[in-house]
Amino acid sequence: MKSFLTRKNVVLLGGIVLLVVLLGVADATLNNYYLRILQLMGIYIVLTASLNLTNGFTGDFSLGHAAFMAIGGYVSALLTMPLAARALQLADLPAWFQEFAMPFPLATVLGGLLAALVALPVGLVVLRLRGHYLAVMTLGLLIVVKSLASNWEPVTRGARGLSGLDSATTLWWAFGWAVVTVFVVWRLVHSPFGRSMIAVRDDSVAAASRGIYVFQIRLIAFIMSAFFGGVGGALLAHQLTAITPPTYSFDLTFLIVIMLVIGGSGSVTGSVIGAIIMTIVPVILRDLERRFELPGVSQIIIAAALIAFMIFRRQGLMGSREMHPSTWFMKKPATPVSVDAPQQ
Amino acid sequence: MTINYIMQQLVNGLALGSIYALLAIGLTMVYGILRLINFAHGDLMMLGAYVSSIFISATILPILFAVVIPTLLMALMGLIVERTAYRPLRGAPEVAMLITSLGVSRLLQNSTVLVLSPQPRAFRLPGDLTQTMNVGGIRFTQLDVLTFLLVIALMVLLTLYINRSKTGMAMRASSENLRAARLIGINVNWAIGAAFVLGSALAGTAGFLWASRYGIIDPFMGFLPGVKAFVAAVIGGIGSIRGAVAGGVILGVAEIGFVGFLPPEFSGYRDAFVFSLLLIVLLVRPNGLFGKSEVERA
Repeated sequence: MKSFLTRKNVVLLGGIVLLVVLLGVADATLNNYYLRILQLMGIYIVLTASLNLTNGFTGDFSLGHAAFMAIGGYVSALLTMPLAARALQLADLPAWFQEFAMPFPLATVLGGLLAALVALPVGLVVLRLRGHYLAVMTLGLLIVVKSLASNWEPVTRGARGLSGLDSATTLWWAFGWAVVTVFVVWRLVHSPFGRSMIAVRDDSVAAASRGIYVFQIRLIAFIMSAFFGGVGGALLAHQLTAITPPTYSFDLTFLIVIMLVIGGSGSVTGSVIGAIIMTIVPVILRDLERRFELPGVSQIIIAAALIAFMIFRRQGLMGSREMHPSTWFMKKPATPVSVDAPQQ
Repeated sequence: MTINYIMQQLVNGLALGSIYALLAIGLTMVYGILRLINFAHGDLMMLGAYVSSIFISATILPILFAVVIPTLLMALMGLIVERTAYRPLRGAPEVAMLITSLGVSRLLQNSTVLVLSPQPRAFRLPGDLTQTMNVGGIRFTQLDVLTFLLVIALMVLLTLYINRSKTGMAMRASSENLRAARLIGINVNWAIGAAFVLGSALAGTAGFLWASRYGIIDPFMGFLPGVKAFVAAVIGGIGSIRGAVAGGVILGVAEIGFVGFLPPEFSGYRDAFVFSLLLIVLLVRPNGLFGKSEVERA
């Protein structure tokens, strides 16, 4: 049996310890405003890393991530809502539904599972399409879910939304899920399954002729991505403590896509970096926007930066390379696992 | 439900459908050549509506200006967008262009927010155009008539241009096979530019029509109609102008029919209905009603 204390594991453990220490310090010293930004960062890492499974690695460009977030958000909100708020807001629902409030962690998982469950039939139909048609259809899914949220009054309370949730998304939950997501995505991508995903992306006809079940791979990637999308939505709902249809708008999908594109779709660490950068930059820009009273400027700058990225650095900051902290301090760097990726 | 009511819904659907058709023509021309879903197309319509609103409020000028000037300005705008944002991406993967067009869309929306205001503003046409006429129990306005006539006229002109002119021939050739067109010496960039100019001009016209139909404009009004127009283009068969027009009309009539003939509690789902329609069309006839088949090759 190989020793557990390989260089890779030591670095991994060290990294997690470092993260825990940093989060502990942040939790103790920062005020609420900064804590919320950090929580958002964790949530965005969950979302970006999971969107990477479809958009980055399998090559199915989805614009529907916010749809799965909405499902996760609404389901978890319905499950955790405190009894007092429940009696007020969900009076139309059956009596048994009035009498329980599920703990937040379980509701998060269930939100993710339901998003994944919805992704199964949706994927079966939508994934027959590829490329642009898929992009438009997933955008359509978002619009369908949003009209459902706005119109299904007894359950979602329409435009008023659900409010009075516990503020349960702490820094620990946000980053805990971020670590879990990144870990799962990393292991998935660096497995035979992940190789199949990349093969499907690079040349689906060749992949099929080598015996890869292309459709199955794409479907599983779609469902996995939806699960973490649902979890991210649940986390976001419990950070905002309220949930209305406009929360899960096209803007949100677009933001996640930007994070992925800037970080480098096709790189797990790249998606994390993209999420971190694109959490901080808009905060700074919005601050400037407010100071100089120029509404819309932050969005203009971000959109212009996106266009510039597409023209000058299409592959994003990381391209399809990964950061390997475990190789940083070696004399002779081990050849990183690299797969020929098309210039994205 | 009387025959009158049905006819009424049909008229309303045709009016909405003609606007979709105008937008869909631009999208289908660009997609045919570049394989690009131009998400910014609807935002050109929004800009057209704003330009139009300036001329509406200036009462001295004839209403014609409110149609012609946005059309011309948006033609120019389309060319600028193509040259600055899309041209550097020639030969890039489709997804890169798609993301860029999302960026352009955001850029246009928020520039409007910055320069004007995020608040919606009223768009009030002079009285004659919105006066209701009543023919055999069916109500419509002069605007509806104007919309039909305008759309038909533009469509005929455009079809003639594309079928008869040299640029039109270059556009058709590029749409059929971009690489081969370039090989035989067609100036592909010219053809692409022409597609953007013509499409964006129609979007400018559509801006006037949309704004006068709904009476209110805001910086984010264009995105959803733009996406729906793409749906219309796909339903009709992407790459075909006739298909875009047919798809637009079908979508408009179906959407109005969905709202008009089902109980009112369904009307909130009209956007969801549009995409369900798209899904069904794509699954049953993946190439739309007038489209040619496209096979995935190694």
